[in-house]
Amino acid sequence: MHDLLRRYGSGLTGAFVLLTAFWLLVLIVLPNLYLLENSFRPYLPKVDMGGPLDTYSLNNYAKILTGESPTQVFGITITLPVHVKSFLLTVGYSAFVTLISFALAYPLAYYLAKIVQPKSLPTLFLLLFVPLWVSEVLRSFAWFIILSLKGPLNFSLLGLGIIETPIRWIAGYQSIIVGLVYTYVLFMLFPIYNAIQSLDTNQIEAAEDLGSPWWRTHWRVILPHAKPGIASGAVMVFMLSAGSLLVPVLLGSTDSNWFTQVIQQWMFEAADWNTGSAYAFILLVLCTVFVSLVMRVFRVKLSDIAK
Amino acid sequence: MHKTRNFLFHLYMAMFLFYLLAPLVVMGGAAFNDSRFPSILPWKGFTLEWFSQLASDGRMWLAFRNTVIVALAVVALAVPIGTAAAILINSVTGRVRTVLYGMMVAPILAPGAVIGISTLLFWNQFSVPAGLHLSVLGQVSYIAAFVMLLVLARLQSFDVALEEAALDLGAGHGMVLRRILLPHLYPAIGAGAAIAFFQSIENFNVTLFTRGNADTLTVYVFSKVRTGITPTINALALVMISVTLAGAIFYELRRRRLERRFRD
Repeated sequence: MHDLLRRYGSGLTGAFVLLTAFWLLVLIVLPNLYLLENSFRPYLPKVDMGGPLDTYSLNNYAKILTGESPTQVFGITITLPVHVKSFLLTVGYSAFVTLISFALAYPLAYYLAKIVQPKSLPTLFLLLFVPLWVSEVLRSFAWFIILSLKGPLNFSLLGLGIIETPIRWIAGYQSIIVGLVYTYVLFMLFPIYNAIQSLDTNQIEAAEDLGSPWWRTHWRVILPHAKPGIASGAVMVFMLSAGSLLVPVLLGSTDSNWFTQVIQQWMFEAADWNTGSAYAFILLVLCTVFVSLVMRVFRVKLSDIAK
Repeated sequence: MHKTRNFLFHLYMAMFLFYLLAPLVVMGGAAFNDSRFPSILPWKGFTLEWFSQLASDGRMWLAFRNTVIVALAVVALAVPIGTAAAILINSVTGRVRTVLYGMMVAPILAPGAVIGISTLLFWNQFSVPAGLHLSVLGQVSYIAAFVMLLVLARLQSFDVALEEAALDLGAGHGMVLRRILLPHLYPAIGAGAAIAFFQSIENFNVTLFTRGNADTLTVYVFSKVRTGITPTINALALVMISVTLAGAIFYELRRRRLERRFRD
């Protein structure tokens, strides 16, 4: 701070501090505090606001526990509140999407970093980037067309004789998973690529020369080195999936309900912003817990993740 | 041994590219299908109907204009904020730095819906109604972090001695910033502005909660897909993909030309 004053004088330093303070306070901290405060207050008509009815309570949070929904898990029927169920499914399926993305992206990241000719790298990256530049809405919409009952996927499978009757792909959560993986797999690919790329190829060759089979080279040499990249990719994909609204609304069916959709219903259909805030806060807590967990497990710092 | 392995890897790469690009082909193809429902199958004949419908879609053009205005406003706010924050955080150390850094980076990782809702609620306290101005503020809250990260990375390679020398030679503080620090940061600021612009165009989650009744392109496409679903969306998609591809090809050709010149 002292150093800034000497270099830029009080005027400019003041401007830097003001701009940063505006960002951190007005755009980030205060809105989130309001969100938290609102989540404890009841949903009231405007005249009753600030009146005797306007008291703090946990009622909005308690709403997540209402409404029963029986679920079959491995043949055992478990009865869960509807919103708890959609919360758990959102977490579970987001983790699943993260795993699939990792499985798809890791070999490719290794290929791009260590096998492919450096000459053709820019072209490959350009091709990989094309879908990223096309808007997320349109990408999900493309899958809506592909997965529809009379769509190209069923048509090709029927034509190849793999299936006999068209499959209803857009049912339950499967189409959401397909859409999320497609939309976010590249957010897994690039951080892992960056991490593997910084590994000295000599280390891989040394491991091979010493007689290590390919899987052990990966397990003992490449994977540990790629850890920060994997953590970063996993955090990105999980957060984007759990927070996604477009893909679940577009590709979801009547029997699927992503947690963001529940929030959206509280905000717009029920117009109950207070319960909406409570649910949004629950989602925020989930994300914070997940990030801290990943950082702890992979022993990485926040600065490694946000790159 | 390596030959089969490499062959398998090449094959995997090709399949992955097919997986990424085929949906875009399907979507573009549907724009020419003379069917009221957007699909490439069954093929009912070639038509340009959907493009003319797209061109005469007034709401779409309004949404397009809104998108560009919002994106420009986001750039105008996020770039100075991000740059100032980077300069500031670069000069603090220890615990304060960790806390500040965490606060700055956290919005990137927070779900867009939460950012949108908190922005909406906060300004509602001051009777500011929902609208695109709130979308701008909501978007800036996380997009400024991208600018901050880019500028901060660039600051690592900055030689402070240059500023000291300028100050010793009698330059004013404003001049040091304008003539020495900013020129060094321009590449990062430019990249930050580009990223801010595209992030803003892409944004859906924050915008949906803060927009009020106004449309941006993503929200408009979304509402179209939910309600009156016709292949005009595919026509729009094809236009966007073509622009993207044209840009990509132009960039690639330029890169190759530069590379060739470099080798000679």
